[in-house]
Amino acid sequence: MIRRVGALSLAAALVAVLPAAGRPQATGGTPRPVIVASKPFGESYLLAEMFAQLLEARGIAAERRLGLGATEIAFAALRRGAIDVYPEYTGTGLLAILHEHPSADPREVYARVARESRERFGVRWLPPLGFQNTYAIAVRRETADRLHLRTLSDLARVGPTLRAGLTPDFIGRDDGLPGLGRAYGLRFREVRALLAAVKYQALAAGEVDVIDGYSTDGLIVKYDLVVLEDDRAFFPPYEAAPVVAPGLAERRPDVVAALTELSGLLREPAMRGFNRRVEVDGEPVAHVAADALAGLGLTRAAAADGDDKHGRRAGPARAGLLPYLWAERRTLLGLTERHLLLVAVSLLAAIALAVPLGLVLERARRGAEAVIRAVGVLQTIPGIALIAFMIPLLGIGVVPALVALFLYSLYPILRNTYTGVRDAAPDAVGAALALGMTPRQILRHVRLPLAAPLIMAGVRTAAVINVGTATLAAFIGAGGLGDPIASGLALSDTRMILSGALPAAALALVVDAGLGLCERVVRPGG
Amino acid sequence: MHDASALAARAVSKRYGPVVALDHVTLEVRRGECVALIGESGSGKTTLLRCFNRLTDPDEGQVLVDGADVASGDPIALRRRVGYVPQDGGLLPHWRVRRNAALVPWLHGAADADAKADRALSLVGLDAAAMAGRWPRELSGGQRQRVAVARALAASPDIVLLDEPFGALDALTRADLQGTFRALRRELGLTTLLVTHDLAEAELLADRIAVMHGGRLEQIAAPAELRDAPATDYVRALLARARVRE
Repeated sequence: MIRRVGALSLAAALVAVLPAAGRPQATGGTPRPVIVASKPFGESYLLAEMFAQLLEARGIAAERRLGLGATEIAFAALRRGAIDVYPEYTGTGLLAILHEHPSADPREVYARVARESRERFGVRWLPPLGFQNTYAIAVRRETADRLHLRTLSDLARVGPTLRAGLTPDFIGRDDGLPGLGRAYGLRFREVRALLAAVKYQALAAGEVDVIDGYSTDGLIVKYDLVVLEDDRAFFPPYEAAPVVAPGLAERRPDVVAALTELSGLLREPAMRGFNRRVEVDGEPVAHVAADALAGLGLTRAAAADGDDKHGRRAGPARAGLLPYLWAERRTLLGLTERHLLLVAVSLLAAIALAVPLGLVLERARRGAEAVIRAVGVLQTIPGIALIAFMIPLLGIGVVPALVALFLYSLYPILRNTYTGVRDAAPDAVGAALALGMTPRQILRHVRLPLAAPLIMAGVRTAAVINVGTATLAAFIGAGGLGDPIASGLALSDTRMILSGALPAAALALVVDAGLGLCERVVRPGG
Repeated sequence: MHDASALAARAVSKRYGPVVALDHVTLEVRRGECVALIGESGSGKTTLLRCFNRLTDPDEGQVLVDGADVASGDPIALRRRVGYVPQDGGLLPHWRVRRNAALVPWLHGAADADAKADRALSLVGLDAAAMAGRWPRELSGGQRQRVAVARALAASPDIVLLDEPFGALDALTRADLQGTFRALRRELGLTTLLVTHDLAEAELLADRIAVMHGGRLEQIAAPAELRDAPATDYVRALLARARVRE
């Protein structure tokens, strides 16, 4: 009975979700909106928003998928055509995507990355936007003064006494810490992996002494940091440019033409100013993007008013958390609904698989432990990694998020079903058999009812884990309460982070309590 | 000849890996008779009992219930026809007393399963009106075991198998239940096969006692005959041990 209801609501929920998740193909009629994406940091948001507004100003419908996980996730989504365009940097393209060594000449790097991306993946690099945003190694002004630091060679001298807080990206990449170590002999006393959103605060608070940033970061100005000069020209050129999906140039020349209007127009000082407005002053990305486009004479001013998603931060400008949550209630409610849907659909699917599988394994016994342990291993794969693995198969959006959450839900339910049914009152089961119950009757009338509380406990565990894990769905554009968390992290906006995190926590409590009630209902014997 | 014996085992053998649980055991239980299987753990007495409702299938030999070879019939139908009382009661903890007692009539699809259950509860000395709505966990050990006996009797079987049914009870409660059982089986004319490790219980309840040892049947005889003429050293030792305990 439970299973049948589960399967039905699962089907219903899938029907509800899929139109939003599927990627409608351009099958005649009106072309589908151009999907504009960004990576999860301020400048990427800003550039993507500029792309989207520019397209809209040229009468081309655009859909935003901002804040996708990281380089690997965004580029994989682009290759697959799950997104159409996002801003990328030539140095990143060469090193992190093509795995080739860069040269110091920006023109040559651009030419190589554009040629090879096209040959290998069909991905097109549009002309550069006009500025570089290379890595910047920054220290507090006090540290620079005390240790007489001006260049990276100076830093290499004192590195072993300092603690570095670096983005995980940077720690692993060839053009990051490993390369820096080879070029400068740079070593640190300690390297801590810090997300972009927290590393500036960590540096300002003295938790670490050195961080990596981007040369156009607005926060460098805010915290009065010193950027050390790359005196051996280690960092390759990082020219920003739109990259577009395979086939888009042929299919939608209008899109390429519109985006190309931006080429060469954006300069570093202007970008640093825009970034500061977004990251430090907390201005809505949409407003800054609209100003930037208007300032370049590409659009008329105030084009972005009324865009509720990206004007999110417009709210009460610097009000406290509660007024902010109140002002955002409709958006948050929508995100909560999506979040709940992700959790519910993945959980129901997991129940529909794990409970019968647990029963089958209990009958078979042989190999049961091995299967359950294998499912348990899934639990150890970090969420973002699991999601990244699935992009080549499933693209981005709701479907891979559901699959990831589904996989995470299996183990607690499977383990509890198996154990619960196996250990259900053995003497009662023995007597039921001796008095002529069929195995099917024993399962239905004895084992399952007696195992129900344990199975429900597994479902509860899975549900609460799921509510938390579902916040990662934002990194692959599936929405939910992870959206404001990811944006808030990228834009260093604590209020925005909390506007996702608090409802998510509340949701976990509500889901747990609700399932607790169900558990009381299924508990056999009153 | 088969008419006379309700239960029969003919040269039944059963091995679990290298362990011989039953070694060519032959035994008959006449209609209306109570036979006690006695022996220590591992003697094969429970294995033999379980052959009669096919919880165990022997490797060799023949098992007959009401003259029919059980191997050729449906085990589920057989089990519903033969009453069974396990040592621990084996009540379903999520079913109330009445539903537990009504199990077998319900499996038969009887419309009056609950009435049958109530009648059986009264038979074993329980107040059906007061007990029927209780959960097993609300009962004392003796009450639980009475419900287990009621459950075995509710469908009015001719044959009942009991696997150390009173073994886990305290002495007073056990004496009570033994008395109830003794009266009941005569009243209902039941054929019963009773596994016990307690010689006094066997002497009290059984018409004949079958002593098992190492998978073999050492001797089968009426209680008095067993005492007077033990057939083997093992039976003699068993009797001596029991006398010391008394």
